[in-house]
Amino acid sequence: MPGAWLLADAKDPHRNGVLKTMTHILLRNRDIADIWQFDTYVANGGYDALKRAVNDLSPDEVIQIVSAANLRGRGGAGFPTGRKWSFIPKDAPVKYVTVNADESEPGTFKDRELLEKNPHQVIEGALIAAYAIQATAVYIYCRGEFWDLALALEERIEEARQANLAGEDILGSGWSCPVYVHLGAGAYICGEESALLNSVQGVLGQPRVRPPFPAQVGGGLYYAPTVVNNVETLANAPWIILNGADAYKAIGTPESPGPKIFCMSGHVERPGNYELPLGITFRELIYDQAGGIPNGKKLKGILPSGASGPVLRATEEVLDAPLTYESVAALGSTLGSASFILMDEDTDMVWAAAKMTHFFRHESCGKCTPCREGTYWLDTIYERILRGEGTARDLELLEKVPQQIMGLVLCALGDFACNPVLSTVRQFRDEYEQYIGLAEPVAAEA
Amino acid sequence: MLAEKHAERIEKIFAKYPDKRSGVMALLYLAQEEYGWLSEEVLREVAELCDIDPTQVRSIAGFYTMYSEKPKGKFWLQVCTDLPCALRGADEFFSGLCAYLGLGERGGTTEDGLFTVEPVMCLAACDKAPMLQCNFHYHENLDLEKVKMLVEQWRAEAGQGDGAVG
Ligand SMILES: Cc1cc2nc3c(=O)[nH]c(=O)nc-3n(C[C@H](O)[C@H](O)[C@H](O)COP(=O)(O)O)c2cc1C
Ligand code: SF4
Ligand code: FES
Repeated sequence: MPGAWLLADAKDPHRNGVLKTMTHILLRNRDIADIWQFDTYVANGGYDALKRAVNDLSPDEVIQIVSAANLRGRGGAGFPTGRKWSFIPKDAPVKYVTVNADESEPGTFKDRELLEKNPHQVIEGALIAAYAIQATAVYIYCRGEFWDLALALEERIEEARQANLAGEDILGSGWSCPVYVHLGAGAYICGEESALLNSVQGVLGQPRVRPPFPAQVGGGLYYAPTVVNNVETLANAPWIILNGADAYKAIGTPESPGPKIFCMSGHVERPGNYELPLGITFRELIYDQAGGIPNGKKLKGILPSGASGPVLRATEEVLDAPLTYESVAALGSTLGSASFILMDEDTDMVWAAAKMTHFFRHESCGKCTPCREGTYWLDTIYERILRGEGTARDLELLEKVPQQIMGLVLCALGDFACNPVLSTVRQFRDEYEQYIGLAEPVAAEA
Repeated sequence: MLAEKHAERIEKIFAKYPDKRSGVMALLYLAQEEYGWLSEEVLREVAELCDIDPTQVRSIAGFYTMYSEKPKGKFWLQVCTDLPCALRGADEFFSGLCAYLGLGERGGTTEDGLFTVEPVMCLAACDKAPMLQCNFHYHENLDLEKVKMLVEQWRAEAGQGDGAVG
């Protein structure tokens, strides 16, 4: 079962590694019943890392350890976390950590498991980040649909506060940092960090013009320097502080170290979350861990990063590639938050692209004309094609409209919206041609 | 009025933030809970509470999918029909549910005002498809038979199920 770990030989983690059963680092709820409870968490080493940081380490030392571990952001972009923390100006009187729990990317459901089943580890991770930048408060931004989860999370935070691990004068150190939960209300764009900050502030949840970036004065929450980190990113921090950077780097590959939660959905035998070291192959993840494709079907398309990254054709080359930020990029897609949507040989790729396009049209915040209008047109073209009324011109437009969006808008959603379109038109053109009657009618003359 | 009836909760909301404006989203939820939906009048009340312009509150209420500016059914069913769920039969599940409730292809509200059914985007439960949220609570690993049972349960809860099913 998914507790199996490849312990890394750093140079060749997925081949020479010894397959050992190891406990989870992130999804510890899979190993320890009721770890969501404060007492159980503490009995299993919980909050030791925060105590270690606050009692024995300076904020700078914490940043150095996390930098040396080369922890990279799990929210999508893979940005080095230690570096992100180091950007925060030391002399700013007010500073914030915001935890991104908006989790709205189609195919992503890892932060929800962490927050529901192992919430104290996320709170502890957030407090370690907060200590590192000497934050004055933490806000956890939960998507609105996490309503029940957010209520429970507030209770967990209160438990930490009562144990003097959050709030006033934490562990008697003189440093105070309350932790709050903010509920969104249904908008994918609020996962984009600057939109998220606006949403907390009570202004419309649309992205901001940058610079200034969130880490800078003028760019963060209430315009104070702010770290925005994904839930899973922060859940790594306690283990790193307790076990050190070298132990962390022994998992995964040098450029992409550590464990990663892979969300498996779509046509897969055992959907769910799998915590595995980065650097295992697509094949190991999909077939060995998640049980392969149901009903003996062949795998056709892989979306490694939900709807927002390009689709990959499931070739042998792809299946043998390691899952690292670099190698998935080299294949022409992105690892993103590692939300794997699998599509078997019977999947209509035009239909799938239409679904994703509809998503982005719905979620475009409307601030930039190219994104607002472009996603509208793409969606309209897909509707026409699916009705059987598409033309060769529509196929041309599917390649042209993205040129009017990419690079011309305020945030990455614009590019995200173009990815499913371009990657399917290029790799599955024959399926589009079938729809618009360009392809040879199958067996019509025979 | 919210201010009188929920003074304590409102105070708690404002205590989280350095300014009142930031309370707007939580107050919209509170108002929706109290009144069922967000009418013009309610939006003005929220605006006054957090000291911002009613037009801004209106645009915020309109921006997010979880605020309703129209009355919804007593049970608001949001069915995920996004790609990962659709690969596991969510589209058929959605139409089956609509048909069972006598609604058209796109969902809507039943005549008795009991159910509103809407298709929604990914709810971070793709491994447990088909799924839906009923008044913001998750119901996962469903199929048509299971959801019909849930519907009847909700009908009974609303006190209108008596004798309706055999
Ligand atoms: C449209 C859009 C949606 C996003 N949604 C999320 C999200 O739901 N959760 C998340 O952690 N990051 C999301 N991001 C990425 C964030 O902007 C940000 O990079 C991330 O939270 C940084 O955290 P990390 O460095 O720990 O990964 C999104 C970005 C964009 C452009
Ligand atoms: S690119 Fe799209 S989603 Fe991003 S700010 Fe512009 S309109 Fe909004
Ligand atoms: S696609 Fe339905 S919950 Fe994610």
